[in-house]
Amino acid sequence: MTTQNPGPKSTAAHRAAMAGARPMIEIRQVQKHYGDYHALRGIDLTIRSGEFFSLLGPSGCGKTTLLRTIAGFEDISSGVVLIDGQDMQDVPANRRPTNMVFQSYAIFPHLTVAENVGFGLRRDPRSRAEKAAAVEQALEMVGLKGYSSRASHALSGGQRQRVALARALILKPKVLLLDEPLSALDRKMREQMQVELIKLQRQVGITFVLVTHDQEEALVMSDRIAVMFEGQIAQLDGPEALYARPTSRRVANFIGVMNFLPARVLGETADAVQIEAPGLGRVDIPLANVSQADPGDDGPSIGFRPEAVSLVAPGAQGANRVAEGVIDEVVYYGDMTYYDVRLDGSAGFDGQARPVRIAMRNVFGREVQDVGTRANVSWSPGSLVLFR
Amino acid sequence: MASGNRSQTAQGLTLIAPPLGYAVLVLAAPLLTILAYSFFKDGYLTVIREFTLENYRTVWADPIFHRIMLRSLGVAALVTLATVVLAFPVAYFLSFAVSPQKKAMWLFLITIPFWTSYLIRVFLWKVILGYNGVINSGLKTLGLIEQPLTFILYNVNAMVITLAHAYAPFAILPIFIALEKIDRSLLEAGRDLGESRAMTFWRVTLPLAMPGVVAAALIVFIPTIGDYVTPALIGGGKIPMIANMIQAQMLDLDNRPMGSALAVTAMLIVAVISLAFIAVNRRFLRVRQ
Amino acid sequence: MKGGGLRAYALIYLLFLYAPILLLPIFAFNSGTIIAFPLRGFTTEWFAQMWGNASLRRALTNSLTIAVSSSILATCLGVFAARASTRFAFPGKGPIMGLIMLPLVLPEIIVSISLLVVLLSLGVQLSILTVILGHTLICMPYATVILSTAFNSLDRSLEEAAYDLGETRISAFRLVILPLVMPGIISSLLMSFTISLDEFIIAFFLAGNEPTLPTYIFSQLRFPKQIPMIMALGTVLVLLSIALLTIAEYFRRRGIAKTGAKDTGGFL
Repeated sequence: MTTQNPGPKSTAAHRAAMAGARPMIEIRQVQKHYGDYHALRGIDLTIRSGEFFSLLGPSGCGKTTLLRTIAGFEDISSGVVLIDGQDMQDVPANRRPTNMVFQSYAIFPHLTVAENVGFGLRRDPRSRAEKAAAVEQALEMVGLKGYSSRASHALSGGQRQRVALARALILKPKVLLLDEPLSALDRKMREQMQVELIKLQRQVGITFVLVTHDQEEALVMSDRIAVMFEGQIAQLDGPEALYARPTSRRVANFIGVMNFLPARVLGETADAVQIEAPGLGRVDIPLANVSQADPGDDGPSIGFRPEAVSLVAPGAQGANRVAEGVIDEVVYYGDMTYYDVRLDGSAGFDGQARPVRIAMRNVFGREVQDVGTRANVSWSPGSLVLFR
Repeated sequence: MASGNRSQTAQGLTLIAPPLGYAVLVLAAPLLTILAYSFFKDGYLTVIREFTLENYRTVWADPIFHRIMLRSLGVAALVTLATVVLAFPVAYFLSFAVSPQKKAMWLFLITIPFWTSYLIRVFLWKVILGYNGVINSGLKTLGLIEQPLTFILYNVNAMVITLAHAYAPFAILPIFIALEKIDRSLLEAGRDLGESRAMTFWRVTLPLAMPGVVAAALIVFIPTIGDYVTPALIGGGKIPMIANMIQAQMLDLDNRPMGSALAVTAMLIVAVISLAFIAVNRRFLRVRQ
Repeated sequence: MKGGGLRAYALIYLLFLYAPILLLPIFAFNSGTIIAFPLRGFTTEWFAQMWGNASLRRALTNSLTIAVSSSILATCLGVFAARASTRFAFPGKGPIMGLIMLPLVLPEIIVSISLLVVLLSLGVQLSILTVILGHTLICMPYATVILSTAFNSLDRSLEEAAYDLGETRISAFRLVILPLVMPGIISSLLMSFTISLDEFIIAFFLAGNEPTLPTYIFSQLRFPKQIPMIMALGTVLVLLSIALLTIAEYFRRRGIAKTGAKDTGGFL
């Protein structure tokens, strides 16, 4: 799974440095109504200076609306938006210290690359030559040196995005807003641009706020991620915490794949909750791994990621506990193989069988198992999350 | 551009105000005036502002009105039928057989005659169809006929040919647009499910093209009814249509209430027929592609 | 091949469409005074006659004045209508746009007669001004359609990008929107000009004693002697219309290509 790609950002040291940074954007109790439609339902959020921040969620969750309220393209119905300590209430988009990279890039088709990049410098008091030099410099920064006199409609998708970046960054905004900037690119280009964006952000040190519906993209690039559903922030965390300890089943389902099994709470100690789950038996879940159940869930459940468990040879020794079962389905992906395993006794309290998905990295010499064979699943209580 | 719903509305209304104001003053107000006049009494050369239904009674009782209205409707219906039937294959050809790069050129070629000197085009049909016209003199020169053919001039046939020619692009474009919208895989699905090419056309293409056909029919029918030039030139003034009758009442006889009642009645009849036509075809119009 | 028969039919149909136009120059250069076959001989006399005709020149001046004024007015109104309808939502949008587009389907006789009645009862003197009033009304829907295409093919984020980069609403319109819809504006001007130049009924009712080209032509069609000259005039007008329409189409397409949108077809 590529979600395990650590990415150039995820150093603990970097994030520790970020945590102390001063706030750049403060959003307090922001509501937004479109007629009867409640697009933002009380957003509270602080984005730190110099942070690479992502708003992640399915389409219609309000993430783009939130970004556009920061940019000044949407009025808010109530609440406060501060940028660098300044109230943005009566500041129109053209006076805000933010610049935006649009989803469509919004490259002016009647202007050349240089004219596009220099568009925002019209009121800049510098001389023509100085501005031209600034444009050149900005183009060089995004890797488009020598493109200045090109017609903008002849550019490829990746090049358009670079022009859009240069055009926004040349104004040295306090915040760069990126509205699904990679969604129009093909997969290869997207992965390349992810890395370039991270490097660029480190280089310029500007606060980046990214809107995306692609969980992988958010995990790769962000210092912190706000997951949004239906106009509210469901969880705000760093990428690892978000992936390992989702605070709700909904977040867990949205970010990657998670297995869920019904659970019965037996008791609680000072540092753990004791539960019983079909197929796994009695387990003590550390309190740090206990999350909220959503209103729609029927009773408590435990969840674990497919790669948090593994298939082991019969009788293997180790610290982990082992559950037995039968392989129901095998899906071969080249670098990975997914096994759906029906654990013995997992028919559970309601008699319904729930195969769990297990992801195994394919290494040389390890054979892919067949459907129907018995399997031993190694797991540890620390990799389970309890939703109750 | 900090703008919410309220200012969106305000901006939209501000922008639409000039064209709307113009349309209200120059179009809606005159139409309402006509409507009001139609209920007034006619004093000779003046209008008596007194409510009456007399004009409508006279219009409905007038055998000349019946004849002219029926003729207008008949001519318009014939023109519509001829135009749409003749246009459909062309629209079909444009949509299905012409390569995408050449479509714009074909459309352009088809629309050009529409924009060029309507009056002269109508007159030239008179030249083509006339007693000593192109067809008759041509046929005589070739020795095919002794006497000029007379069934093609100064009659309804000639008017239908002329009007069908004048409104041709109006019929082609809506049908073309409807055909363009048809997802080509639907036709393949039709074939795949065992229908012949002809049956696929009948069961898939035609129903999906019907919104375009209905639009084409209305867009030809409505202006044709009110055509003034063709009856005047081609019909030789001997077979007036409703527009000529309205003009005569309004200007030659200077009976504005009566002319207004005529105009309103004619518009009502056209509106009722158009709505009925839409109602008859409504099952096709519900299609969303 | 598929479309073989259809292609032949389409070509015959085109011939039918162009038949009257193709006959025009033939009779315009024919030395016979009767418009019929067989042709007599070649002459440019009718063009010379047309050139020397004073009342024709007056009609031409009137028509040009009317066409230039109405096309500018209709295009200005069309810019407002197109911008409002493509960019904003407001109450009553459907009926309002319907009223603006109504002249497209309303028989011109109704438009001109009702306008005439109002003008006469207000005591307004009929002149080329009253024709401009009517022509602006019937050109406005065409201008609105053409300009709506132009405004529609504009990505809305272009405008937002301009605000975002520090421009005001007005400067963003001038720097971004106007240049991008300019081809549409030119196309709308040419189109309206062509419509106005060729319009007969409104001019016939609203011009009073002032001739325009179509009303002049109409009045001359009664006199067989004048018809060869009218053929010459028609030839010139048709060529002029084709030239204007070609330029209009060129700008319309360039506008679409410029904004990177997909071409959705012709004028209507």
